[in-house]
Amino acid sequence: MINWLANPARFMRLSARAAPWCGWAAAFVLAVGLFWSLVVAPPDYQQGDTVRIMYVHVPAAWMALSVYLFVAVASAIALVWRHPLAEVAARASAPIGAAFTFVCLATGSLWGRPMWGAWWVWDARLTSVLILFFLYLGYIALANAFDDPSRGGRAAAVLALVGVVNLPIIKFSVDWWNTLHQPASVMRIGGPRIAISMLAPLLIMAVGFTLLFVALLMVRMRTALNERKAMALRLNAGAIPAPRPGRERVASANTVVP
Amino acid sequence: MAAFLALFRRDLSLALRQGGDTGLVIGFFVLAVVLFPFGVGPEPEVLQRIGAGIIWVAALLAALLSLDRLFEADYQDGELDLLALSSLPLELAVLAKCAAHWVATGLPLALTSPFLALLVDLDPGSIATLFASLLIGTPALSLIGSVAAALSLGARRQGVVLSLLVLPLYIPPLIFGAGAVEASAVGSGARAYLLILSAASLAALALCPWASAAALRQALE
Amino acid sequence: MTEIGAFFAMGGYAGFVWSAYGIAAAVLGGLSVYSWRRYRDSIVTVERLQQDLGRRR
Repeated sequence: MINWLANPARFMRLSARAAPWCGWAAAFVLAVGLFWSLVVAPPDYQQGDTVRIMYVHVPAAWMALSVYLFVAVASAIALVWRHPLAEVAARASAPIGAAFTFVCLATGSLWGRPMWGAWWVWDARLTSVLILFFLYLGYIALANAFDDPSRGGRAAAVLALVGVVNLPIIKFSVDWWNTLHQPASVMRIGGPRIAISMLAPLLIMAVGFTLLFVALLMVRMRTALNERKAMALRLNAGAIPAPRPGRERVASANTVVP
Repeated sequence: MAAFLALFRRDLSLALRQGGDTGLVIGFFVLAVVLFPFGVGPEPEVLQRIGAGIIWVAALLAALLSLDRLFEADYQDGELDLLALSSLPLELAVLAKCAAHWVATGLPLALTSPFLALLVDLDPGSIATLFASLLIGTPALSLIGSVAAALSLGARRQGVVLSLLVLPLYIPPLIFGAGAVEASAVGSGARAYLLILSAASLAALALCPWASAAALRQALE
Repeated sequence: MTEIGAFFAMGGYAGFVWSAYGIAAAVLGGLSVYSWRRYRDSIVTVERLQQDLGRRR
């Protein structure tokens, strides 16, 4: 299926129909999810209404991690099989992943303040997610740091793979570091045990976020392919020989002398 | 083997002849550590508590400073293309350059650290552990840094990109390096940390030349 | 009326809950708007370039 999708023209045709569908589906599911999270779901016995933040925070965290894996897999495919769309897919999805990671960190902080009394704690999970955010930023910075866009794409692909190897190492190190420096007070960082009334909005929001990701991914990939086409057209335009003889030819660096 | 040594010697003599490279790194190292007491206050207890971390972080940042010169000069004047085409495998060439980089920057950092440890009032046992941890950990810093340097070759604003890339990668050595010194200050367990740090450096030795070479090939394409 | 009031008050945690949802909406919504705008721009650019090319020929 991956090979079948390799043809950019075919991708453009498919996504022309699939992207709007995903977009509307995402909007619908998210609307339902928001209503469920904010209105239908009951407040928690201990955490009160702040538990509603969980319905945004946890799905965002799931997306942050999944998208990074997607970037890594797409990068591997791009490097090993030179799949033409894989690199486009990786670069298009990184900003989406970074956005989800930021949302995860921000909403987590806003959940933590009323719950644990602190805007930030250096526990293993939060710290690892913070580093994941920096990995995303590094990937995006590297991909855009070169004048030659394909060089940027290749370098970023290598970085994504290096990062994915490093991620478990970071998680392990931070876990280790954290068990040694654990503050004296006991904090219930795990959150509430999930009751079914809470599981439902969580899953709905997760589905909504996933649909949003797919929709945005397709839009961003179409944009990237259009921009490449535009660049090719510009180069083409510069190479066209001068019009009919006798007419003043405007000197241009791209003009080809016939 | 001869080619490997030749490259190592060449890079090392270049780095040492300029002298500025090592001087800059050590100078920054000392300055950074000296600044901290002005920031957190001169109380010995506080400095003792955070001293290991300060010295390790300052060493990291100092190592970071010297990374962009690892491949850049050779990339600009075409030497890197020649290296890629030569009979010496690119991975070994990377290793030779990293070794020279370590002798010119990592090793001086480790050697300077005992004196800086005096500034933050570490006890003698901790000073020894600090020295050992830097000696073991700085090769990993050079190797991991080489991957980031290779990836960002020829990038606009290379310094910024390099810093952004290398920071997440430097965190595991930092945790275990500084942790070793703290464990030694408490009195137990430094050996475990140093062993893990050694494992990290050995793993970097095995993996990083391969990753750097791949990145260099991308850059030379 | 008090029910709507209670809804917005979120049991006293209004600041936190609404800020959280607000940030999520702003970031994800902003990204969506930005991506969509850039997509529209790319379509316009390609069409214009294709027209130029067609005319020149």
